[in-house]
Amino acid sequence: MAYEGGGDRGKAERFRAAALPYLDDVYTLARYLLRNTADAEDAAQECYLRAFRHFETFRGGPIKPWLLAILRNVCRAEYARRGALTAVVDNLEEAENKSDGLWSEAQSSPETETLQRLDGESMQRLITQLPDAFREALVLREVNDLSYREIADVTGVPVGTVMSRLARARGLLRTAWLAEEKGP
Amino acid sequence: MTCDEAEVMLHALIDDELDAGHAREVETHAAGCARCGAQLASYRDLRQALRGGNLRYTAPPSLRRSIDRAVPSAAATDRRTLLKGFALGSLLSAAAAASVTLVVLREDRDERILSEAISAHLRSLQADHLTDVLSTDQHTVKPWFNGRTDLAPPVIDLTAQGFTLIGGRLDFIDGKSVAVIVYRRRVHVINLFVTQGVGSSLQAPRMETVQGFNILRWTDQGLNMLAVSDINREELEEFGSKFEQAARAARAT
Repeated sequence: MAYEGGGDRGKAERFRAAALPYLDDVYTLARYLLRNTADAEDAAQECYLRAFRHFETFRGGPIKPWLLAILRNVCRAEYARRGALTAVVDNLEEAENKSDGLWSEAQSSPETETLQRLDGESMQRLITQLPDAFREALVLREVNDLSYREIADVTGVPVGTVMSRLARARGLLRTAWLAEEKGP
Repeated sequence: MTCDEAEVMLHALIDDELDAGHAREVETHAAGCARCGAQLASYRDLRQALRGGNLRYTAPPSLRRSIDRAVPSAAATDRRTLLKGFALGSLLSAAAAASVTLVVLREDRDERILSEAISAHLRSLQADHLTDVLSTDQHTVKPWFNGRTDLAPPVIDLTAQGFTLIGGRLDFIDGKSVAVIVYRRRVHVINLFVTQGVGSSLQAPRMETVQGFNILRWTDQGLNMLAVSDINREELEEFGSKFEQAARAARAT
């Protein structure tokens, strides 16, 4: 009994100490992926419950990618619930198939043009408007500060795909940014 | 390095994901290619702008509290574990007590049955107590039990198998009248006590030795069989298996 009790208490305490410091990271990714506050809160809560339940399966190493991978699964379930999963896939495939178009679009913006500083909210809005796969890669890199390898693990794609998605995401973002500066 | 390669690789460069060799390649290409050089500069600019802006969201305090409540706290776990410990502890001791009681009771009853069977066996060996019906014919012995006991014991002639049927009698074991079928092996007597059992499944024979007598018990067709004899274990085992074989054969016909 004493052993079991100690184990339970130990688990809860270890989990708190390890996982709770990353709540802002989890919540941030949830906000970008789900695009609204209430769903993001629900997803973050569900993520922590799942993470606690499966804490035994956590094999050490950085816990942030592990938590973000769980959150991503929660968010995908939420996409499915919304019936938006097909839309996400279509969105992604369409974007990847039209890569030439997107690239030429990005390249058409003057490379020498310096980006004007935007306020945080505007930047957040621009990122939120990126297609799902690109948004996800960009947020994991620029906001959650994950390495390519970690992003590949979280999103279940090869590192090369992470790299090309990031390239695409930045191209799209830069174009949108310049358009924002010029105004409607 | 081509421009197409550089366009993607320059992102790995600004993300510090390239090894020294590849980093140098991309930088060399960008230095010699106006378009790629401009791109590298513009994405470094973008990156800096993103880093400068606060793109993170802060989890609302209510969410933090709610998660905090959902993950078991040390205090809550303590209480629950304590309760679980108590509940489990009392369950365990209750089960242990019950099994102890069961064992004690069973051993009590078992021992009584065994000792009564041995007493009956010893009594039977005294003059004129062995059989109530003296016959080597199973068709004489079997009907004799009708109306004397509330069960129909299998009476089987095992003379061909080396166990001679010599008769039957009624005895008392565990406060109940039981049918006894008597066999002889050379100069040794085998008393087979047959009582009403529970269930109809065949239970594997158990051999015990009590007060120098061998006792073989098994259950078949809802009847408890108990054979007592001073013959050795091997022969008593042989008796048991021959009896069961013949009983099965008799049922089959």
